Amino acid sequence: MMDVWISIILSVCAASTPLLIAATGELVVERSGVLNLGVEGMMIMGAVAAFATAQVTGNPYLGALVAIITGAAFSLLFAFLTLTLVANQVATGLALTILGLGLSGMIGEGFVGQPGVRMDAIDIPVLTDLPVIGKLFFGQDLIFYASIALVIGVAWFLFRTRAGLMVRSVGDSHSSAHALGIHVIRIRYMTIMFGGACAGLAGAHLSLVYVPQWVEGMTAGRGWIALALVVFASWRPGRVLVGAYLFGAVTIGQFHAQAIGVAIPAQFLTSLPYLATIVVLVLIARNRRLTMINTPASLGQPFVPDR
Amino acid sequence: MKKTIFALAASAAVMLSGQAFAKTKACFIYIGPTGDFGWTYQHDQGRKSIEAALGDQVETAYLENVPESAEAQRPIEAFARSGCDIIFTTSFNYMDPTNKAAKKHPNVKFEHATGFKRESPNVSTYSSKFYQGRYVQGQIAAKMSKTGVAGYIASFPIPEVVRGINSFILGAQSINPDFKLKVVWVSTWFDPPKEADAAKALIDQGVDIVTQHTDSTAAMQVAAERGIKAFGQASDMIKFGPKTQLTAIIDEWGPYYVERTKAVIDGTWKQQDVWHGMADGNVEMAPYTNMPDDVAAMATKTAAAIKDGSLEPFTGPITKQDGSQWLKAGERSDLGTLLGMNFYVKGVDDKLPQ
Repeated sequence: MMDVWISIILSVCAASTPLLIAATGELVVERSGVLNLGVEGMMIMGAVAAFATAQVTGNPYLGALVAIITGAAFSLLFAFLTLTLVANQVATGLALTILGLGLSGMIGEGFVGQPGVRMDAIDIPVLTDLPVIGKLFFGQDLIFYASIALVIGVAWFLFRTRAGLMVRSVGDSHSSAHALGIHVIRIRYMTIMFGGACAGLAGAHLSLVYVPQWVEGMTAGRGWIALALVVFASWRPGRVLVGAYLFGAVTIGQFHAQAIGVAIPAQFLTSLPYLATIVVLVLIARNRRLTMINTPASLGQPFVPDR
Repeated sequence: MKKTIFALAASAAVMLSGQAFAKTKACFIYIGPTGDFGWTYQHDQGRKSIEAALGDQVETAYLENVPESAEAQRPIEAFARSGCDIIFTTSFNYMDPTNKAAKKHPNVKFEHATGFKRESPNVSTYSSKFYQGRYVQGQIAAKMSKTGVAGYIASFPIPEVVRGINSFILGAQSINPDFKLKVVWVSTWFDPPKEADAAKALIDQGVDIVTQHTDSTAAMQVAAERGIKAFGQASDMIKFGPKTQLTAIIDEWGPYYVERTKAVIDGTWKQQDVWHGMADGNVEMAPYTNMPDDVAAMATKTAAAIKDGSLEPFTGPITKQDGSQWLKAGERSDLGTLLGMNFYVKGVDDKLPQ
């Protein structure tokens, strides 16, 4: 019985990890006042890059690294258009998603129908074999541990470091930050690339760990869920963690409910992850003033420095 | 003046004859990407076989990832306007958009897969009896399963899917009357991670055979990872589970697509409703692998019997899930009930979403 529970928890971790990574990256981007709707596109570019690299070199870790670089490079396109050329962020983000979905399909065409290289779970002698906790804490894939470290790192960076304060100030009022001598555009370039790198890694998780294969459109909307999580989590890293795991847990849980034969319509159960996540995050974000404080005031607004 | 008219007439004649030699255009609307390696992939193989068979006489076009909603109307009509002579819409819920577009474009031929509405004379419907393959799979599952429970990843509660589930359990029960089937609905045709999640949940709940009516190879990979057996869907997925796949139902659309496109070229296209199966070569079984020889022999025999018509999966006695009798001993289901199937037979451990 215990084994079943551990197996269920491991499935939840797998379902939540890509959402958590992508959402955390986007959180940093939005904290700096930029709305990048291209998460889905960057994610799938990461997925195809990771798969192709792992397939050619046989090394999934190299695949993940290339995915990170690809995500960051792809987001640079968005950064250049919206920051340097001051294009509309919403339209550019949507274009990035559409471009990513199409381009990845083209790049990946030769890889369709090939079983991929799996990034195996780590195996530490003694520790991994510990009962119950062994598998959870010392027996998952490296990207899972990276995702947890990422949330902690981002929370620490945003709220405990000077650089983090600068990012937040740029997001809250880019003109004030600019007046104080903070280089708004440079900071935003960096956060956008960080967001792209995270989305790329999330994609790598999909094509190397979750389902080690390449199929067109395999992100299937996860980039959009990550985007929604950021808003519902009112731009707090801890809440993104809660939201991502809640979504993952309900996704897995409802399949189990169906398999056991719970007498609830399946259509309702499959929509449950979305409903539950919205309800819970709305509840924890009830304190309006706190939400207002956390919302980046310059979100989505273009910035042209006056000289 | 006379000269001008003559020249005009001549050029019109040239244009007309040019029209006659113009290529016939066959267009396809797909629900997923051509690279799903499942349902859409097989339809696209069919499209390619049109090009291979008819060469210079045809050109083809396709649109991927067209949603199954009223939104499908726009791309279908865009195809109709752009000079497509025959349009294949390859998913169940394109039914109403296809019929609406057909009314507006009476000169274009429409072929709708897996549907049943033909509201104007330029709409045909076609489908394959995939359920025949499911019956063979059910028998194999009953022979191979140790727990006596198989898992079924289902997409939407439409007749085609329900038919597959029922046929599978009937096949299984013909070997082991107590065989059980757990069904999990994912409410999508194509979402590899979600399909993987569903497979994991089913395996954790004790099934040791996984079969699916969704379009990707994700479930096969999960089954391989967990060391149980699985069936491929729509295309041969053996590469994703060399030690896992028992067999797969392979959809062969090519012959039908070539035949219908040729009919348009020859001007012999007529409305029809066809439901081809194993006997017509539209439903093929992938090689029987990862099973003892006697099980493979049984599967081969069953498939042959279905092919020659001596065996029909929906032959009584069959009891519905609610305990009422559906078919008496020896009675075969009528076509209407099969096409509109909206109930489970006994042994399915699930409540059918309505």
